[in-house]
Amino acid sequence: MKLTGAEIIIKAFEHEGVDIVFGYPGGQILPFYDKLFDSSIRHILVRHEQGAAHAAEGYARATGKPGVCIATSGPGATNLVTGIANAYMDSIPIIALTGQVPTTKIGSDAFQEADITGITLPIVKHSYLVRDVNTLAGIVRSAFHIATTGRPGPVLIDLPNDVSTATAEFEYPPPVALRGYRARREIDPNLIYQAAKAIGEAKKPVIYSGGGVISSGASEELRELAERAQIPVTTTLLGKGAFPETHPLSLGMLGMHGTKYSNYAISYSDLIIAIGARFDDRITGRLDAFAPHAKVIHIDIDPAEIGKNVRVHHPLNGDVRAVLKELLLRLEAPEDQEWLKQVMAWKAENPLTYTRIEGVIKPQYVIEQIWDLTGGNCIVTTEVGQNQMWAAQYYKTLAPRTFISSGGLGTMGFGLPAAIGAQAGCPDKLVFDIAGDGSIQMNSQELATAVAYNLPVKVAILNNGYLGMVRQWQELMWNRRYSQTDLNVGTPDFVKLAEAYGALGLRATRPEEVRPALEQAIATPKPVVIDFVVAREENVFPFVPPGQPLTKMVGG
Amino acid sequence: MRHTLSVLVENQPGVLTRVAGLFARRGYNIESLAVGQTHDPSVSCMTIVAGGDDLVIEQVVNQLDKLIDVIEIRDITQVKYVDRELMLLKVKAEASMRGEIMQIVDIFRARIVDIGQETLIIECTGDAGKAQAIEKSLKPFGILELARTGKIAMVRGPKYGDV
Repeated sequence: MKLTGAEIIIKAFEHEGVDIVFGYPGGQILPFYDKLFDSSIRHILVRHEQGAAHAAEGYARATGKPGVCIATSGPGATNLVTGIANAYMDSIPIIALTGQVPTTKIGSDAFQEADITGITLPIVKHSYLVRDVNTLAGIVRSAFHIATTGRPGPVLIDLPNDVSTATAEFEYPPPVALRGYRARREIDPNLIYQAAKAIGEAKKPVIYSGGGVISSGASEELRELAERAQIPVTTTLLGKGAFPETHPLSLGMLGMHGTKYSNYAISYSDLIIAIGARFDDRITGRLDAFAPHAKVIHIDIDPAEIGKNVRVHHPLNGDVRAVLKELLLRLEAPEDQEWLKQVMAWKAENPLTYTRIEGVIKPQYVIEQIWDLTGGNCIVTTEVGQNQMWAAQYYKTLAPRTFISSGGLGTMGFGLPAAIGAQAGCPDKLVFDIAGDGSIQMNSQELATAVAYNLPVKVAILNNGYLGMVRQWQELMWNRRYSQTDLNVGTPDFVKLAEAYGALGLRATRPEEVRPALEQAIATPKPVVIDFVVAREENVFPFVPPGQPLTKMVGG
Repeated sequence: MRHTLSVLVENQPGVLTRVAGLFARRGYNIESLAVGQTHDPSVSCMTIVAGGDDLVIEQVVNQLDKLIDVIEIRDITQVKYVDRELMLLKVKAEASMRGEIMQIVDIFRARIVDIGQETLIIECTGDAGKAQAIEKSLKPFGILELARTGKIAMVRGPKYGDV
């Protein structure tokens, strides 16, 4: 049967199990949107293409399935760029489908033409500019395969208008053999044996786990490793949820705003078991002073990450879950319990803490109350900045895929559309976006999307009237010169903003109003924005100033 | 240290951009890059000469290997291989100087491929050392133009990877 390019895309999406897509139509992608009209695939119409890319990512991170976003050529495509970069940095599988001017016009600076495959080259796992409709089905198949296997990431398909209207015989091809792509890697049993031996001989081991544990689905294996060998576990921002943060062996997050005890544990350890994490600068602090006495076991699917930032003694290149399963077969538990006692003492002596002030809402208190009211059983997305770090510190994540935050790229405006994507993928879950007054204004137009599809996300704005994290840096490192960080003038009334979109708007200005506002929000079956007017100059502590070793923590 | 990378890639538009772009984005330095189709028309072979310490080169290789269009990559620096580069030089050559220039050309087993009124074009094939040497020898006569292909390389013995 002959189908048009647009029909082939839809058929291929159906074969890949795509049920929801996020997008925004326009001229060159119209042939696709016309066929979508008759399709059973649910389309969420966002209000800005950036929202579509972040929503696709939120969907992917909450469900474990690839997210799909769609935009037209030119500005539609370039508006996806931040979202694609975000997915690339955090290794999240999304497919971005963009319209393109007809092949005959490519390169002529036609109306709404942008070289989106060129623009996105450094921020995609792979990309395709489709020139021949006969290759289209195979390209879609390969795109999904590449996005979801190995180290996941975004794949872009640029679809010229004439290719989407041309016809070809449709047959969904068998899995495509890509000779330049190796998603799975053999694990050398000898290396596993040596790593297991190193764990058995370690006196001061610590597990440092990241987003790779979540994308590999290895939480159970991680837990078994920690419990059997009695090794404390610290996670990265992206690793939150890989290991329950209420577990006695959990040290919470490490790094620049990590807990004191996780930073002490990794700094004084003699063996770091790094699992699906990449020793990012926000984790290591000053690199040459990072964990000076530690040997390193590094388990990662991406060979390029092993040895990139720190010297690795036991490289275990492979799928995290597969490697952990092998490792568990040979695991030798360290006998010495002194170290664990020491780490637990650090944990008891240095809890996360903040000062309460009568009559003033502390942002940390808001997060604590969200955790308390939901029992940790909701999906939390965050924006970027202080709100994100307080959420990471005070919301104890219990399960994988329930904490969704922009880690590598640090994209303000990520939280709301990501929450919308997560809610669309998990309709029965309670979804909170923990936001700041700065970040929320970067994509607040997506409140319209939430209302239009009745995706009842709860947006908790920690409103301090500042770009809080930048202000904190100015306070601590730039002599309190608050250059361009005061947002109080011009910031809208968030309650009225919510109401303008048809959402419920609530405000809390005193600590005793926090809990009732949250209770009302949770009980309301539609999108809610809560404006928490919080202490203006609260800082995120502990804090490792940039370029300092992890042990040089300030505050907290 | 200078490393020679032999890279088999899909013979498709945009692949060179992906490879060169990766070098630029990650701050790696390309000294020379030569690319052409192999005996399999769907595959091109790139020979890349890159500078950097062993850790940097290991990163280059690992990052290149992740590109879907890169089929195979080898650092052949430590392997026995043959390498060649083609160079064309236009040299100032008044009639009185031609004899001397032709002697140099003979010594290097190069060839004269064009004669103008006051110029000669010389074609020289060889490794980097030979190219450097002939350039140095012809310099006193006045080199007007110089174009070179960049190095291509092939491992000696049976098909690499088959042994």
